[in-house]
Amino acid sequence: MIHNTTDCPNGDNGRRSFLKKSTAMAALSMAAPVLLKAAEHDEKIAALFEKIPLQIEVNGISHQLSVEPRVTLLDFLREQLGLTGTKKGCDHGQCGACTVHVDGKRINSCLTLAVMNNEKKITTIEGLAKGDQLHPMQESFIRHDGFQCGYCTPGQIMSAIACVREGHANSEEEIREFMSGNICRCGAYPNIVDAIMDVKKGGKAI
Amino acid sequence: MINFEYSRVSSVKAAIDALAKNPGAGFIAGGTNLVDLMKKGVTTPARLIDINNLPLKQVEETAKGLSIGALVINSEVAGNTLVQEKYPLLAMALHAGASAQLRNMATVGGNMMQRTRCGYFYDTAMPCNKRQPGSGCGAIGGYNRMHAIFGTSTQCIAVHPSDMCVALAALDATVQVAGPKAERNILFTDFHRLPGTMPQKDNTLQNGELITGITIPANPYTKNVYYLKVRDRASYAFALVSVAVALELENDTIRSARLAMGGVAHKPWRLSVAEKFLTGKKATTENFKQAAKLSMEGARSFGQNDFKLKMAPAAIVEALTKAANA
Repeated sequence: MIHNTTDCPNGDNGRRSFLKKSTAMAALSMAAPVLLKAAEHDEKIAALFEKIPLQIEVNGISHQLSVEPRVTLLDFLREQLGLTGTKKGCDHGQCGACTVHVDGKRINSCLTLAVMNNEKKITTIEGLAKGDQLHPMQESFIRHDGFQCGYCTPGQIMSAIACVREGHANSEEEIREFMSGNICRCGAYPNIVDAIMDVKKGGKAI
Repeated sequence: MINFEYSRVSSVKAAIDALAKNPGAGFIAGGTNLVDLMKKGVTTPARLIDINNLPLKQVEETAKGLSIGALVINSEVAGNTLVQEKYPLLAMALHAGASAQLRNMATVGGNMMQRTRCGYFYDTAMPCNKRQPGSGCGAIGGYNRMHAIFGTSTQCIAVHPSDMCVALAALDATVQVAGPKAERNILFTDFHRLPGTMPQKDNTLQNGELITGITIPANPYTKNVYYLKVRDRASYAFALVSVAVALELENDTIRSARLAMGGVAHKPWRLSVAEKFLTGKKATTENFKQAAKLSMEGARSFGQNDFKLKMAPAAIVEALTKAANA
């Protein structure tokens, strides 16, 4: 399936959409000419920079579109594809909330530009479940209560799957070391480690 | 982020030509440091030249030793069988750096090119001679807990943040670079520089040059090695002090030694005096302490980092002990 669109393909009726619309309404209601002028000015400056064609596969769906060079992969996924499961935590590569897989490898999507991922295959948290069937790592996080607020969870799960696949989940100590790029400020670490150990001990290919 | 132009290149020549044609352009590889610096407005290139498609991704044994392409990612170097068997110090240092995600992005060349993590360098509201020459140094007399104790100048006391580079400095690596005029080799210990009066220059690359790879000469340091990293948390933090040690032992006599420190200077800090002292000596705690003491000559602290004057020699003794017992 190929999407030739820069719009959100995932329906547009959620909380984010409400926030976007209500913010736009608020801006319009106080839209002084000066605001509109500023917006026009920004548009002109933006137009000076060529948008770059990008072919990218995300969760098995190919997209052909063009993006500004400065858009990070994280912002591209969230803002242009509407895949908001990948979270923006620190936006500086320090927290791991934005972890996705690029060609099977876990990376911080906040520190790579979308245009640098041309012809790459991306997997996000939305790409794990098969229909209603959750990925074994997702199930294990639920079984072990591997989260509280849940904000870091998509990044934790993407990182955890890679940790097992890399062969770095052979002991609790090793898991802690190789999961150190994912911060959980609720402190669910013991349960996260249990969830990963459980999947590893299950021995199934994930 | 301030917008910029972007282009991809697929050969070393095309990369060098593109840089020559575009003043104000820069190369991007993994992007883990550069994208961050651009978000903060510390670096504002007019154009990025994406070099990720260049054929610089091989790790291979040659007559000269181990050759590693500039675009090999850190996790691949660390997990490479040749590296683990013959250059285990490098694998240890790489595993001590960053996180699993960042090691999957960061390249060998990019690791060498990363900038200091000094808070004043990152904060554009603050003075920093490295970011803006002549504006002053916020760290001298300011927050300097992470800062240098060796080779500082009145203009800059920042440290180089890499772990990988500490191991490469200890292992006598060389850097291969290509430029508009010629290719050349730079000794790894000559690649990074001390701040002096030009703290804005981190290294000795000349305008228009591109790192194409590194070479580590074959060495006997396959067993008695250790990379000790002392940091504020158990993992995923920059070094307060780190020590790379490689020993060639015959029974308990040290045939040769290679030592370097991280987190203490503007460049990986090779401990040549300690190496000379240890050569031919017994691997005893007493000798290790003496080597550490000799290594600290000329050290100078700046208040908040006074603790490094005690931590550094203790770390040297600890790393030597661990390497000897490995």
